[in-house]
Amino acid sequence: MAETLISVPPRARRGEIVEIKTLISHPMETGYRRSQLGARIPRDIIRLFVCTYGGAEVFRAELHPAIAANPFITFSTVATESGTLTFHWTGDNGFSVKETAEIRVE
Amino acid sequence: MTHGTSRRDFLRAASAGLAVLVTVRPVDAAPPATQDAIRAVVGTARVTRGRVKLELPPLSENGNAVPLTVSVESPMTAAEHVRAIHVFTEKNPQPEVVSFRLGPRAGLARVSTRIRLADTQTVTAIGELSDGSFWSAEAAVVVTLAACLEET
Repeated sequence: MAETLISVPPRARRGEIVEIKTLISHPMETGYRRSQLGARIPRDIIRLFVCTYGGAEVFRAELHPAIAANPFITFSTVATESGTLTFHWTGDNGFSVKETAEIRVE
Repeated sequence: MTHGTSRRDFLRAASAGLAVLVTVRPVDAAPPATQDAIRAVVGTARVTRGRVKLELPPLSENGNAVPLTVSVESPMTAAEHVRAIHVFTEKNPQPEVVSFRLGPRAGLARVSTRIRLADTQTVTAIGELSDGSFWSAEAAVVVTLAACLEET
């Protein structure tokens, strides 16, 4: 299972813009490399990252092979209400990892 | 005023000339594969240089992980916000790098990631706004060790 690292401030004021950082371990094999025997190494990448907040999608990233291994993505969202943020990475070969984080809005 | 051209007239003419320069489509300078990839995203819309800020190191020792930050000037309200940010390269095997989809709930149109660059080249970022307009910025990066295409 891929390891993830998610940074979400645990507390925020209502209306504050919070920065979210996510990192996931994944080789992001491009599909353009060849092995020493000349065989093409098949592509194995994360294609999509989606973040929801309180059940509604707030951010999405469509990734291509040019994203570095262990994709790191930083974005922001407005702290609207206390609730759960979900992070979902999906990709080649049935890759699917879901994580959640809680935020408390005062 | 007895001069043929007043200072005001001159400035007016100069700023009009500048406006023409700024609206030249940067897309036309890119190689065909990159132009096609950009056209697939923007369609027939005009892409104007400006409003987008693309931060990349001018010199990168390792093309396997080059930090990239894109921000777009926008109030990020329901009426006026950035819908998407797209990134393209000129010399990678595939021109598309990433497409970020955001909206008014982002609060701020600013995203970061790390990208691969197979060669010294120009990277283009395009911001797609809620009014249907497209804005762009470019950055040139010198890569000393290219992202490997071989198994090592």
